[in-house]
Amino acid sequence: MAKITFIEYDGAEHSVDIQDGLTVMEGAIRNMVPGIDADCGGACACATCHVYVDPAWSGKIGERSSMEESMLDFASDVQDASRLSCQIKVTAEMDGLVVRLPKEQG
Amino acid sequence: MSGTLIIGGGQAALSAAAELRKHRYDRPITMLTDEAVAPYQRPPLSKAYLSGELSRDRLWLKPAAWYQNAGINLRTAVHITALDRGACDVIAHTGERIGYDTLILAMGGQARRLPVPGTNLDRVHVLRTLAETETLSAAFHEARSIIIIGAGYIGLEVAASARKRGMAVTVLEAAARPMARTASALVGGWFGAIHRGYGVDLRVNTPVKAIVGDEKATGVELDDGEMIEADLVLVAAGLSVNDGLAATAGLACEDGIVVDHQARTEDGNIYAIGDVARFHSRLYDRSLRLESVQNAVDQARVAARAICGQAVDYDPVPWFWSDQYEMKLQITGLIEGADERVRRGDPEEGRFALFHLRDGVMIACEAINSVPEYRAAQHMIATGARPAPDRLRNPGVAMKTFLP
Ligand SMILES: Cc1cc2nc3c(=O)[nH]c(=O)nc-3n(C[C@H](O)[C@H](O)[C@H](O)COP(=O)(O)OP(=O)(O)OC[C@H]3O[C@@H](n4cnc5c(N)ncnc54)[C@H](O)[C@@H]3O)c2cc1C
Ligand code: FES
Repeated sequence: MAKITFIEYDGAEHSVDIQDGLTVMEGAIRNMVPGIDADCGGACACATCHVYVDPAWSGKIGERSSMEESMLDFASDVQDASRLSCQIKVTAEMDGLVVRLPKEQG
Repeated sequence: MSGTLIIGGGQAALSAAAELRKHRYDRPITMLTDEAVAPYQRPPLSKAYLSGELSRDRLWLKPAAWYQNAGINLRTAVHITALDRGACDVIAHTGERIGYDTLILAMGGQARRLPVPGTNLDRVHVLRTLAETETLSAAFHEARSIIIIGAGYIGLEVAASARKRGMAVTVLEAAARPMARTASALVGGWFGAIHRGYGVDLRVNTPVKAIVGDEKATGVELDDGEMIEADLVLVAAGLSVNDGLAATAGLACEDGIVVDHQARTEDGNIYAIGDVARFHSRLYDRSLRLESVQNAVDQARVAARAICGQAVDYDPVPWFWSDQYEMKLQITGLIEGADERVRRGDPEEGRFALFHLRDGVMIACEAINSVPEYRAAQHMIATGARPAPDRLRNPGVAMKTFLP
């Protein structure tokens, strides 16, 4: 279990508990966090689950896979901090993680 | 009270309801589905769910609390049998009449039955709904072999899932190659070889004459008289569209309910979206009925926005994916009508893309484990790009350089 905080583009915050093994995207859907549509349900095919995660966390959440990297390469509003939330599996180590949502998903 | 009534409990229905609320639609929304459960994702049914890698509780599109929060009145196990356009009512199997101001038809389709004897026998399965998948999955536990009739996406995904669970798998396809309806000969043939490599007995040009057995199916008989035995039979012969309700109510249907660019039928209060709808594509200059998550979600959004008074036209660059073993196939655009094909990458290496051009313009791309090619092609199709085939073919030229 990890407490993860989602910050919408307009600043609204949602702190939710997500159980281990789910993805960050699934945690957002289950807790009705707006702004993560996840059209493809985590198949790494749509990029509608785009979030920003402070790169300082990459040790705990793992690096982007090459598939995720390529999906993001062609997404809008991409930054160094960009991740696809459907590709991040939650572990207890991620307690306190903060993810921000891009403008497009506002 | 009426507001918007949605018939269907699939991804199109759910997306329409969510989008209406997102655009602050403040009238009642009722969703009626004849399934016993709330909306869920279909794609994993033949993939990770059937292979046992994804649990049931991860299939739901929204948590139960969402419906109440969003003010969506979801009614399950209600089958609509008729549409009374004069009265603006739909009629349920119980005889109940339910009124609407705006009606969204999102009835999708059901697994097509084969016109051969024996399809009603025990142990003959189809796969469209969660309930059907659960029956099949339970049967997997006791079965050691399966015959799959049809080498489309669902048939082949089930073949991969069944192999992962250690079953002997035979796939019988009447056409000359797998995925003949939507994939190219190169990609279809390549996937066929992959399946054979994983030990699937895949036979093309092989129509089935009958499913045999008394009470329980024990196998199939081929057109040439050969008998093949198996513990289970899955009929994966495509979709039969649920447009009967609309056709009976006098709405134009041509293998799908005909809608305009805002997903509206010829009756201004009635929309149709997703697998059940047929629309005109300006991009491809022809009428289309797509069966994909992309289409269900995006067309639903267009309909919802039209209902909220914001007209946006639906003219999508289609996309679709299929997972089989470790292969990720991603297709964007439609390959029909291409006059030139450009391959990038080496099929032998398990990673390549096939671009389809018409008069030099990019119209589709089939990408296997090749995400940059797939993503760049989406952009190129949308903008009508004319990439130089020599550069496209060269893996040394980064896909990003093809975008403006
Ligand atoms: C096994 C499988 C795997 C797939 N894999 C992929 C994939 O990898 N990628 C992809 O893009 N697409 C995939 N698809 C296709 C995709 O799932 C569909 O295109 C999409 O779900 C269609 O959604 P829909 O809401 O239009 O229709 P449906 O999902 O068919 O929903 C229609 C709903 O309406 C209900 N209904 C119908 N008639 C009535 C009635 N008279 N009264 C009440 N309720 C009614 C049905 O019970 C159903 O709940 C797959 C489909 C299947 C079956
Ligand atoms: S949900 Fe589609 S890419 Fe993450």
